[in-house]
Amino acid sequence: MALTKEEMLVMYRKMLLIREFEETVANMFSQGQIPGFVHLYVGEEAVAVGVCSNLGEQDYIASTHRGHGHGIARGASVDKMMAEIFGKVDGYCKGKGGSMHIADVELGFLGANGIVGAGLPLAAGAAFANKYLNNNGVAVCFFGDGASNRATFHEALNLASIWKLPVIFVCENNMYGISMCQERHQNITDVADRSTAYGIPGLTVDGNDLMAVYEAAAEAVKRARAGEGPTLIECKTYRHRGHFEGDACVYRSEDELNRWKMKCPIKRFGDRLLEMGLAGRDELDKIKEQVKEQIESALEFARRSPLPDVSELTKDVYCD
Amino acid sequence: MLEMTYAQAINAALREEMQRDGKVYILGEDVGVFGGCFGVTAGLIDQFGPQRVLDTPISETAIIGSAVGAAAAGLRPVPEIMFMDFMAVCLDEFFNQAAKMRYMFGGKARVPVTLRTVCGAGVGAAAQHSQSLEAWFTHMPGVKVVMPSTPADAKGLLVASIRDDNPVIFIEHKVLYVLSGPVPEGEYSIPLGKADIKRPGGDVTIVATSMMVHNALAAAQTLAGEGVEAEVVDPRTLSPLDKDTILESVAKTGRLVVVHEAVKNSGFGGEIAAMVAEEGFDYLDAPIKRVGAPFTPVPFSPHLEAAYIPDENKIITAVKEIM
Repeated sequence: MALTKEEMLVMYRKMLLIREFEETVANMFSQGQIPGFVHLYVGEEAVAVGVCSNLGEQDYIASTHRGHGHGIARGASVDKMMAEIFGKVDGYCKGKGGSMHIADVELGFLGANGIVGAGLPLAAGAAFANKYLNNNGVAVCFFGDGASNRATFHEALNLASIWKLPVIFVCENNMYGISMCQERHQNITDVADRSTAYGIPGLTVDGNDLMAVYEAAAEAVKRARAGEGPTLIECKTYRHRGHFEGDACVYRSEDELNRWKMKCPIKRFGDRLLEMGLAGRDELDKIKEQVKEQIESALEFARRSPLPDVSELTKDVYCD
Repeated sequence: MLEMTYAQAINAALREEMQRDGKVYILGEDVGVFGGCFGVTAGLIDQFGPQRVLDTPISETAIIGSAVGAAAAGLRPVPEIMFMDFMAVCLDEFFNQAAKMRYMFGGKARVPVTLRTVCGAGVGAAAQHSQSLEAWFTHMPGVKVVMPSTPADAKGLLVASIRDDNPVIFIEHKVLYVLSGPVPEGEYSIPLGKADIKRPGGDVTIVATSMMVHNALAAAQTLAGEGVEAEVVDPRTLSPLDKDTILESVAKTGRLVVVHEAVKNSGFGGEIAAMVAEEGFDYLDAPIKRVGAPFTPVPFSPHLEAAYIPDENKIITAVKEIM
């Protein structure tokens, strides 16, 4: 099923929206305007957008501490996301969650997560719910190469494989678990190799190639909806920023970073659109301008939003 | 009234709730074909099929994690963790995910998971299959903690737990499974957060949980022969705690002994004692006493295990120290 020009431009716009959002957050963080921790998705945009472009209303995603890109790709409001990161009452979680807990269950976004690897069994459970309710929905879990060493990875993949759950496990292999490069934290090169241990399909794709991610995810989603069970997709990618904002990145070289910046997924896809004659430079520039305006407006929304009242402190612990 | 065991009462609650609500399902290790390690889920797979009674691999993390994900996505899972001790291998899924999801997400998630598990010493199961770890869970905002002591309470409280939209840990005691008692006929539930006075008395309040309710009742019986009338209060739900019933009892008796099977150090008894000291100090005519297990792992040898578990005599001794 070939993508239309419009669909491709929507994907391009979403990647840019993530990039602009993240760069704005980085800027605000460096000015001391954002409290707490932020982990940015710059450089990995093709993964979230390539995967989420295959999802529909019934589907769920479970995300990570590096979750802004997943939320935006799933269709979350950048206004409410930005307000949440600022700890404001109009944020997704009324300012109670912050960057690491942005969620919108109704949108099928089961949340960013502060615990590495926690999303895998949650996504398996959401996939189970869809299967149980027989609604043809699937679930996706994003996680990193670091998380693939956690017990949750093993238990969730094993459970999903024996129950043939409609779930797609998307490993964003950005080559580092915090400061540990992959060759120091696991004795394999391709996380996808681990799929053989569970008797499920596993494949490795260029995570900076939007179309490669999109096509791999499309196939996995199709399998899941057809009742054929889970797939493990490994997307090789790289985070341009540190593990968190403020990370001095002593564990990696400038050379390495620059090599990956050359492989920027947004520039690559933009060039491809130009080559294919699907868009002109002016059209892409216009999208960029619109995205900038959208993020400026989100920033304004976040700044204008009030802080949560102290009475909120003890609310929402339990359902009534 | 029907007569049934604690295990049968739990089975009946599961059966009725599964009949009532198609979104309720059971999952856990050996809960299906095998009927559960203690036989509690026996027969449910025959009635509801393997789609609703799911045998899982030995994967506690996936059991709880998937239950939490399914609950957030609209189902009402009732996972079983075969022994409470195993909560140590899936605590994150309950503690950092289920318990916090609603708050972290600004009140926009519901996680109606009822986690059934089994505590308690007394069967020679030693250090990793006998612990009473309820205090871990009463320290978690967002979780409700239920510890029934009788068949009737077990049934009514499990029904209420499954219908509750919050994560609940429902702690059964393995020695109580064979205890038989009267259970009301037909559908009923017991609200979470309501204590029950298991024996009225005016001289001393004994707050006891789970298996210890029965040891406290035996102690009260003996004390009555010596002219001391003990009131035995069973909180039934530890979180939320029915403070009022406990305070009203202490206001009447002026004396408090708290008993639980868990180790005394940092046990839930400390919370009850502190609550009464803060909110009911004027009622007290004597110091508060706590009775709990010594600060050791649960020993294997039956001789040592018997010495570990707070028994009737330890409770009587504690009462006499403050009379």
